[in-house]
Amino acid sequence: MDTATHRLVNAPTLAQRAHNIRRHALRMGEVQGQGYIAQALDISDVLATAYFHAMRYRPEDPNWEERDRFLLSNGHYAIALYAALIEAGIVPEAELETYGSDDSRLPMSGMASYTPGMEMSGGSLGLGLSIAVGMGLGLKRKNSTSRVYTLFSDGELDEGSVWEAISSASHYKLDNLIAIVDVNNQQADGPSTQVMGFEPLVDRLQAFGWFVQRVNGNDLDAVVAAFDAAKTHEAPRPRMIVADTLMGKGVPFLEQREKNHFIRVEPHEWQLAIAALDAGRP
Amino acid sequence: MKSTRPAPDLSKPRLTTSAMIASIASEGQRTRPAPFGHALVELARRRPDVLGMTADLGKYTDLHIFAKEFPERYYQMGMAEQLLFGAASGLAAEGFMPFATTYAVFASRRAYDFIHQTIAEEDRNVKIVCALPGLTSGYGPSHQAAEDLALMRAMPNMTVIDPCDAHEIEQVVPAMAAHQGPVYMRLLRGQVPLVLDEYDYTFELGKAKLLRDGRDVLMISSGLMTMRALEAAKALSDDRVDVAVLHVPTIKPLDAETIRREAGRSGRLVVVAENHTVIGGLGEAVAGLLMRAGVHVPFRQIGLPDAFLDAGALPTLHDRYGISLSEVAKQVKAWLK
Repeated sequence: MDTATHRLVNAPTLAQRAHNIRRHALRMGEVQGQGYIAQALDISDVLATAYFHAMRYRPEDPNWEERDRFLLSNGHYAIALYAALIEAGIVPEAELETYGSDDSRLPMSGMASYTPGMEMSGGSLGLGLSIAVGMGLGLKRKNSTSRVYTLFSDGELDEGSVWEAISSASHYKLDNLIAIVDVNNQQADGPSTQVMGFEPLVDRLQAFGWFVQRVNGNDLDAVVAAFDAAKTHEAPRPRMIVADTLMGKGVPFLEQREKNHFIRVEPHEWQLAIAALDAGRP
Repeated sequence: MKSTRPAPDLSKPRLTTSAMIASIASEGQRTRPAPFGHALVELARRRPDVLGMTADLGKYTDLHIFAKEFPERYYQMGMAEQLLFGAASGLAAEGFMPFATTYAVFASRRAYDFIHQTIAEEDRNVKIVCALPGLTSGYGPSHQAAEDLALMRAMPNMTVIDPCDAHEIEQVVPAMAAHQGPVYMRLLRGQVPLVLDEYDYTFELGKAKLLRDGRDVLMISSGLMTMRALEAAKALSDDRVDVAVLHVPTIKPLDAETIRREAGRSGRLVVVAENHTVIGGLGEAVAGLLMRAGVHVPFRQIGLPDAFLDAGALPTLHDRYGISLSEVAKQVKAWLK
């Protein structure tokens, strides 16, 4: 068996990738004793699909011109993206223990100048989609076949700027733009749909001219199918994947914990969470 | 808030041009049309990475000249300033150099966080060009950017330029392009006065230049107030007041060395004149610089008050707020008494 075939046969499955991403995130959470871990757990299946099924990139060259871009608009999800970047080999796993510490390349809110593979500085919510529009226009100018992926949260749908970007992506027919909105129905002050209603989201986005799919964001097969369809859809429209997710996914006692924007995890619970995750290892 | 204004005296004569875009050229003054638009076209001929973007104000920022010449390099982003600057950041990330235009109020006030986070923090090579700086509109506070310099100079990574006239704008445009990183330029648009071509003047980024020397007063100024300072200096010379004019078009980074040296020459009153609120602009920048340098001189500010300015005809407002030629000269004379 040659090396390439060997690698292929022994490559982790997507489910194993998602498991590893969750595990990296939990280990980072343990370092700080806190973090947006429930969100990281809910979005891991989407990130596994993006980084191990959909996207084109070179781990050893995060600035490779031909790469697909990934913009993390909801900067507080950085713990999840770092986990994916570690799993993808872009950030060394050893750095995980510096998460959120002084002089770390992995600050608690994602910033472009800190982390290899981080394409924007998020944190101030509602920025990502506008940058994605500019990148999409820029890639088209360069006749590039690269795509722009951007992840944002359902709470960001409250921001007017998100809708400015949604209009313009459609106006400029940005078929190289794939946006994913994480609908975990939880933002700072409560359930997103109660803080500021955004349904019927699919109808609204379609009315704005987007190709829209709504899937269970924790059903890997469904997420894979959605990414595939987003990539192959033929109409000159931007693409949106509305991913309904479950906060804490993969760690049953966190899934069942009372929903909160910032779920509290006791110091002794991090190892319990890792053990619970590992119990369901694919 | 209920109206607190008294009904006007209808028997009195009054100026009627409280237009959104009033001309800042005085009658008979030499002007040049759309210097920014033409300079950008010239730059874009040499540099294929240059793009033009606007938020529904192409015609009003002289960007229509570029749009006509390079329609394929022009992006209309609609009346959406947050999107404008976010998308400009994205285009810059892909290696382009967008010149993004709107009014100064909308860039500095409405889209501040977008410029701060997506452009300045990420050090993107975006050039922000904004019309109606300071008090150049009779429309009232909605269009009067009295505080744009304070906001922009507080932002790390941002270079801030306040050019005086058409001659200078033509030179600022290629200099902005030669500088790698975000730049905010205050734009004079339409028929723009031509003044500095009569002086031996070239714009250099980060450099203050002495346009005329004088023994009694040192006027330090930027933007259109340099024009006023030069006119006032001429007028005051008739009264045997000798006024030097130091033009400081780059508000940030400030040319500390030249300002310190000129202000440090003893025996002169230092007056900073700016088309901006007296809070946080050139005046306070110079004051802070001189304090830190231990240069203790008589110091005065000419600028807009800390108030929401009136609507009205621009000449009336410039008189009312002390930035017209006659008011500048009057204030300097009073301070010398």
